[in-house]
Amino acid sequence: MMNRRSVLKAVFTGGLVAGLGVLMPRVALAAWSKAAFEAETQEAAMGALYEADPSASAEVTLKAPDIAENGAVVPISVKSSLAGVTSIAIFVANNPQPLAAQFTIPEGTLADVSCRIRMGKTSAVTAVVTTNSGSFSASKEVKVTIGGCGG
Amino acid sequence: MAKGILRAKAKAKGGNTVVKIMAKHAMETGNRKDKSGNKIAANYIQTLSVAYQGKTVMETNMGTAISKNPYLAFTFVGGAKGDELEMTWTEITGATATETAKIK
Repeated sequence: MMNRRSVLKAVFTGGLVAGLGVLMPRVALAAWSKAAFEAETQEAAMGALYEADPSASAEVTLKAPDIAENGAVVPISVKSSLAGVTSIAIFVANNPQPLAAQFTIPEGTLADVSCRIRMGKTSAVTAVVTTNSGSFSASKEVKVTIGGCGG
Repeated sequence: MAKGILRAKAKAKGGNTVVKIMAKHAMETGNRKDKSGNKIAANYIQTLSVAYQGKTVMETNMGTAISKNPYLAFTFVGGAKGDELEMTWTEITGATATETAKIK
């Protein structure tokens, strides 16, 4: 009998080729979107993920440094007091590929994530929180003294 | 298959579990060049999912703009000391592994 681990493993490796749709429909919604992650402008990346442009909201809190001395490691955290958050995404407008990360928040997980991103140069960082009733965003300009992309 | 790249700290506190994960990974973006000007092939962690007792509590899709040795922190409701978290990561190359961590 297959145990959970081998099932998961099979799903994840097989899923890359066959698509996760049949086995785990909920996960398929959040499958790694090539179009979004490889998009070269923020508009294109957002267009691939959201039907409508996210509207700015005070209930989305984006925590990022004002000045990042080292663009290779920029701590970011996103919080939201909105109800029914299903996903959080982070965009860096001036990066070669603006979409940094996308978090799927299942029920029971708080809408509060932190991660560290890379920034090529000074840019606006935008966090987009998706809820059942739409997408909401918050932005912040982060100054970068040493870039962390390319070279 | 590379194994054991994740360092995780999970702490049960007041009914919630705070999970902090750091992966040891270069996260090559594919934009960087080596000394002779050849592009270094992209190799970064694409997805990282964390499950607790069979239920996914966090799923992350990562792009090139995630720093080297990525760090991720989040909190979920529930979780008890001594229980295990299952963390599955997949690289863009297709390499994948599942690692476990105990909640403290």
